[in-house]
Amino acid sequence: MADEALFLLLHNEMVSGVYKSAEQGEVENGRCITKLENMGFRVGQGLIERKNTVLLLVDLFRFTKDTARFKDELDIMKFICKDFWTTVFKKQIDNLRTNHQGIYVLQDNKFRLLTQMSAGKQYLEHASKYLAFTCGLIRGGLSNLGIKSIVTAEVSSMPACKFQVMIQKS
Amino acid sequence: MSRQANRGTESKKMSSELFTLTYGALVTQLCKDYENDEDVNKQLDKMGYNIGVRLIEDFLARSNVGKCHDFRETADVIAKVAFKMYLGITPSITNWSPAGDEFSLIMENNPLVDFVELPDSHSSLIYSNLLCGVLRGALEMVQMAVEAKFVQDALKGDGVTEIRMRFIRRIEDNLPVGEE
Repeated sequence: MADEALFLLLHNEMVSGVYKSAEQGEVENGRCITKLENMGFRVGQGLIERKNTVLLLVDLFRFTKDTARFKDELDIMKFICKDFWTTVFKKQIDNLRTNHQGIYVLQDNKFRLLTQMSAGKQYLEHASKYLAFTCGLIRGGLSNLGIKSIVTAEVSSMPACKFQVMIQKS
Repeated sequence: MSRQANRGTESKKMSSELFTLTYGALVTQLCKDYENDEDVNKQLDKMGYNIGVRLIEDFLARSNVGKCHDFRETADVIAKVAFKMYLGITPSITNWSPAGDEFSLIMENNPLVDFVELPDSHSSLIYSNLLCGVLRGALEMVQMAVEAKFVQDALKGDGVTEIRMRFIRRIEDNLPVGEE
């Protein structure tokens, strides 16, 4: 089982690597964010793609087949906040809010990928680089759970951050 | 109910795959960014080096190992403590050179390559080359200049995966030049 320290260092090195080979500017920054987000997406999909999980979710849908759609969705979001987050970041999401119309806000008060950076406002402009992979991770996980979404993140004071998930109705 | 038990086992499975999957995504991305395998190999080595120079601090803080007196002790610590701590495997140490300055780390299974297949178009890719960089960077921080390279790779059809470690020299300076 790979140690968390390895993942943290690898993630940080990936962020540095992506930005090092890019030039300055808005467009390049966007491209880097997209690259990181796409990598996270692939990983998120991979994490959910395990046979056991598929079996679990078949059960889930069998049990809740007849209930309103958003109930499944909420249960899936709770899974992301608890099991998924614990597996990846060794803690649960601290707060989940929703407008019950497909928008969820996941708040992590001590986000593991930011705790080493700063406590407060220092380096705030760089925080988005360290959130892109995780946005993709959530999007990828949800994708393999049958949910299409757009995931963004915002930070106002590290190491707390919020991930916003917008479910895309197909 | 059984659902709870399922979730527990899943957590364990998901955790061990996170690093492997992330590493896989990284290699895939690098293969897209760089024209040829050699450049990818170099980039993996560089990134590994940068990780290694930081990982050593974490290692020394958590492992309680004292200073190694010779390369044999170093080999033992690498295989039995470091690999175990970070990758959950214990490679075996073999093929010592007569001068005691070279040895091999043999991995029966390499956790980095779970679910990975190397396509023919990437036959020169050293998939796990990050590890060589990590070893080089980490040891440089404890005053040892070493060379690490893969000589056998299960991904390429070899029976085992083997990293050859060679001691070059002791580093006297306190501040080695970092890499870009």
